[in-house]
Amino acid sequence: MIKLFSHITMVFFLMTSVLSAQKTEVCKTCEISTIARAVEKAKPFDTIEVRAGTYKEYNIGITKPLTITGEGNPVIDGEHKGEIITIRSDNVTLAGFTLVNVGTSYTTDYAAIRVVKSKDFNIRNNTLERLFFGIYLEKARQGKVLNNTIKGDAVNEYNSGNGIQLWYSNNVEVSGNTVQNVRDGIYLEFSDNIEIRNNKSIDNLRYGLHFMFSNHDTYTENLFENNGAGVAVMFSKFIKMRDNTFRKNWGPSSYGLLLKEITDSELTRNTFESNTQGVRAEGVSRMTFTENDFANNGYAVKIQGACYSNTFSRNNFLYNTFDLSYSGRINENNFDHNYWSDYYGYDLNRDGTGDVPYRPVKLFSHMTNRIPEAIVLLRSTFTGLLDFSEKVTPVFTPPGLMDNAPEMKKIIW
Amino acid sequence: MLKIIKYSFFDLVRSRWSYAYFLFYLLLAAVLLFLNNNLSGAIITLMNVNIILVPLIATVFGVMYHYNSREFTNLLLAQPLKRSAIFTGQYLGIAGSLSLSLVLGLGIPFAAYGLFRSTMIWNFAILMITGVALTFIFTSLAFNIALSNENRIKGFGYAILLWLLLAVVYDGIFLLLLASFQEYPLEKFSLAATVLNPIDLSRILILLKLDISALLGYTGAVFKQFFGTSTGSILSSLMLLLWIVLPLWRMRKTAERKDF
Repeated sequence: MIKLFSHITMVFFLMTSVLSAQKTEVCKTCEISTIARAVEKAKPFDTIEVRAGTYKEYNIGITKPLTITGEGNPVIDGEHKGEIITIRSDNVTLAGFTLVNVGTSYTTDYAAIRVVKSKDFNIRNNTLERLFFGIYLEKARQGKVLNNTIKGDAVNEYNSGNGIQLWYSNNVEVSGNTVQNVRDGIYLEFSDNIEIRNNKSIDNLRYGLHFMFSNHDTYTENLFENNGAGVAVMFSKFIKMRDNTFRKNWGPSSYGLLLKEITDSELTRNTFESNTQGVRAEGVSRMTFTENDFANNGYAVKIQGACYSNTFSRNNFLYNTFDLSYSGRINENNFDHNYWSDYYGYDLNRDGTGDVPYRPVKLFSHMTNRIPEAIVLLRSTFTGLLDFSEKVTPVFTPPGLMDNAPEMKKIIW
Repeated sequence: MLKIIKYSFFDLVRSRWSYAYFLFYLLLAAVLLFLNNNLSGAIITLMNVNIILVPLIATVFGVMYHYNSREFTNLLLAQPLKRSAIFTGQYLGIAGSLSLSLVLGLGIPFAAYGLFRSTMIWNFAILMITGVALTFIFTSLAFNIALSNENRIKGFGYAILLWLLLAVVYDGIFLLLLASFQEYPLEKFSLAATVLNPIDLSRILILLKLDISALLGYTGAVFKQFFGTSTGSILSSLMLLLWIVLPLWRMRKTAERKDF
C-alpha cells in the first residue's frame, strides 16, 4: 500500500513538473524577440521555440535545463564579437539553428556552442559557419552531438580552430556530423569512452580526427577525405577503429592514419585508398591490424620505429607503390596471412596460402628511409634491379620480416 | 642533304624493323589501355619502356644501320657531296623514322582510347617529347660510336656499354654518392645529377607530371619548384637539346677527318 502510494505520488510529481514546463516562442515580432531574453525568463525544463529570422546575439549563457529548438532554421549571428552559446547546465537540448560569425581570438577559444561541466546535453541538427571553434565540450559528460554540419573557412593552422573539440569529456556520442575546412575536424584531449560514428571529415587543414591522451574510445563508419592527415591517434590506449574510410589524404607529408605512442588498440575493416601514406606508425605496441584494404597508396604502411608485438593479418595490400616501409633491422611484428597483390609465389598443395614467403619491404623503400633524397630514383631501372636482387637474396631488409603464409586470393571481409 | 634524309627515311620506313618497332608499341599501348583501363597507370608503365627500351633500341639500331649501309655510304662519299651533309642526313633519317614509329605506335591507341578528351593529354605529351628526345640523343651517340670504330663487334659492345652506363650504372653511382654524403644537404646535388643524365631527366619530368609526385616528399617539392618555373623547363629542354647537338657536332667533325 505504501509502495503504491509512493508510486502515485511520484507519477503526480512528474506530471506536475511536465505540465508546469512552458513553451516560449521567440520571433522578431513576438513579445520576446531575443533568445537571451527568452532564456532569462524561462523556468527550468521549459521549451523555447525560435522562429525563422536572423538574431544578432552573442554570449548567450544557458544556466538551467532547457530545450531550445529552431523552427524554419533561424540564424544566430555572432558578428565576430565572441562566443555564441555557452551551456552551463545539465539537460540542455539545442537543435535546428544556424550559427554564424564566431569571434576569433588568440587568447580565448571562442566557440559557436560551448558546453561547460554539464551532462545529458543534446546538440543536434545545427549548422555552423564562419567559425573559430565549432562545438567545444569542456569537462562535459554523457551527452550527444548529432547530425551537425560544420563548415569553416580555415586558411592557416595558427589562427583557426577545431570543428568539434572534446576536452576532459567522457561518455559522449558524436555521430552523423559533417565537418569541413577547419583545423582539426574532431579533436579529443583527455576524453575517454567516446563513440564517434558515421561522421564525415573533409578538407581539414590538419587532421580529420585527432586523439590526444584519450583512452577507450571507438570510432566507426566515418569518412576522412582530403585532410592534412586523416586521423591522428597519439598517446592513447584501447582505441577501436572499425569500418572507416581514409581517402585521398594526399600531399608531401600526408597520412591516412598517424599512430604515435599508442597501445592495445585495434584497426579492423577499414579502407585506405589513395593516401600518400596509408598508416604511419611510431611507437605502436600490441595493436592488431585486421581485414583492412590498402589500395593505391604511396606507402601502404610505414613503420618508423619502436613498434613491437603488432599483428597484421587478413589485410589486402593492393597496388601500392610500397606495401611496407620499415626502419630498423629488428622485427617484432607479425605479418602472416595477408594478401599482397605483388606476390608471385605458388601454392602447390592448394591450401590457399603461398608456399614461398613474401617479403613486403623492398630494398628501395629501405634505402629511402635512410636517405630521403634517394626517392628521386623512384622507378628507375637501377632501383628495379636492386629490388629484384634483394628479393632473391635478402641482405639489407630485416630477415624475419616476411609473410610466411601469404594468401593466394584477395580476402573478402 | 634533304635528298639523303629522304632516302634514309623512306628506306627505313619501308623496312621490316620499323614495322616491327611500330607494331610493338601499338600492341603494348593497346594492351595496357584496354586491359587495364587506367590512363595514369598506363603512362607510368610506358615511362618505364621509355627510359629503358627507347634508348636501347635507338643505340643498337643506329649502330646497326651505320654498319649495314657501309657500301652505300662509300658510294655517296664518292659523289661531290659534303661529308657532314651525308652523315647528318642519314642520322636525321634514322632518328626520324624511329620517332615516327614511337609516336604513331603509342599515339594511335591513346587517341582511340579518348586521350584528347581527358586531362592526361599533357602527361602524354611529355611522354612523347621525352621519347622523341631520347631517340634523337641515343641515335647520335650511336653514330659517334659507329664512326669511331671500324670493328663491328667493338662498336656494338661500346654501344651497349654506353646504354648500360646511362640507363643503369649512372643511377647506381648516384645512389652511392647520396649514401656516402648523406650528412650534407643533397637537394641541389640530386637536382644537378638528374638534369645531367637525359634518361633521369625524362623520368623525373614524367613523374612530376603524374600525381605520384606527392611521394617524392621534400626533395620532390624542391624538384617541383625547380621544374615548375620557366627557368627549370627552359634548362631541362636546353639540356636535352645539348645532348643531341654535342654528339652531332662531334660526329660531323669525326666524319670530316676520317679516312674512309
